[in-house]
Amino acid sequence: MTGPLLEVEDLHIRFSTRRGPVEAVRGISLRLAPGETLGVVGESGSGKSVTAYAVTHLLDRAGSITQGRIRFRGRDITRAGRHELRELRGSAMSMIFQNPRGALNPIRTVGRQIADVLRAHNAITAREARERALDLLRAVLIRDPKGNLDAYPHELSGGMCQRVMIAMAIACEPALMIADEPTTGLDVTTQKTVMDLLARITAERGMAMILITHDLGLAAQYCRRVAVMERGLVVEEGAAARLFQAPDHPYTRRLIAASPTRTSTVADLVEGDAPPPPRRAPRAPGTPLLLEVQGLFKQYARTRAVDDVSFTLEPGESLGLVGESGSGKSTISRLICRLIDATAGEIIFDGQSIAATPARHFHKAPQRRDIQIVFQDPTDSLNPRFSAFDSIAHPLRRLDRLPSEAALRARVEECAERCGLPRELLDRFPHQLSGGQKARVGIARAIATRPRLLVLDEPTAALDVSVQAVILKLLDDLRREDGLGYLFVSHDLNVVRMMCERTIVLRQGRIVEQGPSAALFAAPQAAYTRELLAAIPHFDPEAMREPA
Amino acid sequence: MSDAAQPAPRGGKWGAVGRRVGMRLLSAVPALFGVLVFTFLLMRVLPGDPAVFFAAGANTGQAEIDMVREQMGLDRPMHEQLLRYLWDITRGNLGNSMTTGQPVRTDLVERLPASLELTFSALLLALSLALPLGIVAALRPGTLVDHVVRFLCTLGVCVPTFVSGLLLIYVFYYLLAWAPDPTGRLDIFAATPPEITGFLLIDFALVRDWEGWRAAAGQLILPASTMALFVLAPLARMTRASMLAVLGSDFVRTAKSLGLSHWRIIVVYALRNALLPVLTISGIVFSTMLGANVLVEKVFSWPGVASYALDALLASDYAPVQGFVLLMATIFVMVNLLIDILYGVADPRASVA
Repeated sequence: MTGPLLEVEDLHIRFSTRRGPVEAVRGISLRLAPGETLGVVGESGSGKSVTAYAVTHLLDRAGSITQGRIRFRGRDITRAGRHELRELRGSAMSMIFQNPRGALNPIRTVGRQIADVLRAHNAITAREARERALDLLRAVLIRDPKGNLDAYPHELSGGMCQRVMIAMAIACEPALMIADEPTTGLDVTTQKTVMDLLARITAERGMAMILITHDLGLAAQYCRRVAVMERGLVVEEGAAARLFQAPDHPYTRRLIAASPTRTSTVADLVEGDAPPPPRRAPRAPGTPLLLEVQGLFKQYARTRAVDDVSFTLEPGESLGLVGESGSGKSTISRLICRLIDATAGEIIFDGQSIAATPARHFHKAPQRRDIQIVFQDPTDSLNPRFSAFDSIAHPLRRLDRLPSEAALRARVEECAERCGLPRELLDRFPHQLSGGQKARVGIARAIATRPRLLVLDEPTAALDVSVQAVILKLLDDLRREDGLGYLFVSHDLNVVRMMCERTIVLRQGRIVEQGPSAALFAAPQAAYTRELLAAIPHFDPEAMREPA
Repeated sequence: MSDAAQPAPRGGKWGAVGRRVGMRLLSAVPALFGVLVFTFLLMRVLPGDPAVFFAAGANTGQAEIDMVREQMGLDRPMHEQLLRYLWDITRGNLGNSMTTGQPVRTDLVERLPASLELTFSALLLALSLALPLGIVAALRPGTLVDHVVRFLCTLGVCVPTFVSGLLLIYVFYYLLAWAPDPTGRLDIFAATPPEITGFLLIDFALVRDWEGWRAAAGQLILPASTMALFVLAPLARMTRASMLAVLGSDFVRTAKSLGLSHWRIIVVYALRNALLPVLTISGIVFSTMLGANVLVEKVFSWPGVASYALDALLASDYAPVQGFVLLMATIFVMVNLLIDILYGVADPRASVA
């Protein structure tokens, strides 16, 4: 076939919402040749997923195509009927999704789900379908394919579920695969294996792929061509190498600048001046460490989440904890915040042991106001019935006996201002705030009691890169101004490298490696650290020229 | 979640189920004990003196009343009565009913099948209506069909069972004469089947007396419909809500994106998942119906346990009421256990360990 496989022409998509119609996509055009790989990148609300759902006609009832045309192999499928779609979906074009475990039927074995797809498009018996399902599981490199044919999705890891999803998507040899954030939420090493598999399979079978992602590095590494979307429009499109080295559009440039790379600094991300050096003076002899953790253990029913972890933190120092899911980094942060009790071990804060106080009594301990936490999900960690003001005032009302309501208001407004939250937003409720604003409320709440140690549990994981850049800058500035100690938990190694003076790499509850960030990232000692670093997708110009 | 995670071991499932059933039954014992003691005390606190009630005659004196009281053991201290009662129960003796003059156990065993048959039929009827209605409403939310279903459900809930029961009798017995005389499980002149299970429909079917079966079914249909109408709403609304949630889920979107047929998506992918919460609700509905069908039993002169207990309560007859409450509590525990086991079979995610 010579013509393009997929052609999207001047597509407009409108959603009818309670507040009236919203134009999610405002006239985009894309072209995809057979076997080509196209990356569609953009931040949330850019319309990238909506475009993909329009192509496969999976938009929900509220969304509709108001204008434009979608052609597949020259055939207009903009208004395809149910019957026509049934033939296209799965056999000519298929999709894989974010959150692979949710995308699989929880009460049907994966073998049967793959067989369902095969039998929907081929006249074969159940036995033949099962045989072919087994072959497909082998093709996507599932461990123990025979045994896992009868496994339920909840018995498989997230990465394995995504492999099953890929097996289903390629079962009927479609010509086009649309991958919508296929590795968001997966660990970085899992992401690499899944993406490598996806790239290899699509290449082997001559399938075209559209990769929709917020991660520029991922698009750069796995796609020949990349389209950048902003608020329903394609602002720039071109070959990946050209686009990332010499971006034309200011939005692309901003996006690239805001994405952490292996050499960037916090100041680079927001194109600001280099920050003043930290105020921290060397610790005077005889004064205690801010935090000292000795032989920390945490045992859950069958697994040991934290296994003999010891480290120290100087006053005003920032220490990063990195690791994949199951590494125990979040458990450690909760242990140190005294939200949960350790099975064994000692936590000494400012010369005093705090491990002995049970977690449910710790709110009465004098150290409670000195150790505060910023949570991962800015939405779920705010009470939906509290205004921003109440959220920030909450720890003050609990822990600080302020003389008057006026003093409280003054303190809340001061914290909000320091976190870059405009005063007029203080009366709003969480659902009326953007993700970045909610993150600011969470940070303002954490610094309200003027703590000395701030535990940050993936504070920017749920944010778009441009918002993440601003929040990271804010956190960095706060630390330098106040001499706060940070315990920074993240799965993103680049973020930790920029934010932290020292880094600890964790794996399955144990410390694999620790040391000054610069040295650790430049010359990792442990094999596991090297593996983690190698798995990060990147678009550094010099790195991209290296042979893959 | 590392990519290397192994699937959980899948062997020894039934052993685990057995262990769990045992644990659940054991853990129900304190609750049942609490129910026993509470009902016992409640009956003593309620006004009314059974001795006065049963000794009452035209010229009863205090001496006779005291004699009856002594006979019934009511002159002993409260804790002694309780201990004796508990001791009797451990030996399977629920006491005697003063109204019927029979052991309470005999009475309950005689009447329980009538109540169970009525409740089962009503639940089956309700489910067979509620599931299609809920599914149709979920497939076409906001349309006329959805509104009609909602109206029906509201109606079913709003009208008390004694009103809907009388209405059904009025229409189908009095006006149309389609239904038989609404008194009891069988016409008084009809031949009863041999007592095998106590469930008339089953007993008639076992002896292949199809005429008798039809007669029994005819008697059953009106009271069962009355009860079914009442529980239609929770079942249909639950089906609709969970069906809507499942239809909007990621895995239904996956099934659509892979070109599975419309019916396969609705039945295999959506409905099977949507039925899980309906199963839970059905258990609760069943237990509620069993106790709450006293009005229906009264309206249709149905010889069930609930109307038996009500009569005993009005007569200050302690033993049948206590026996009835214990029976209900036991059935409640069993039904919940059964639902849990069914849930474990239907949903592989439910932990059986």
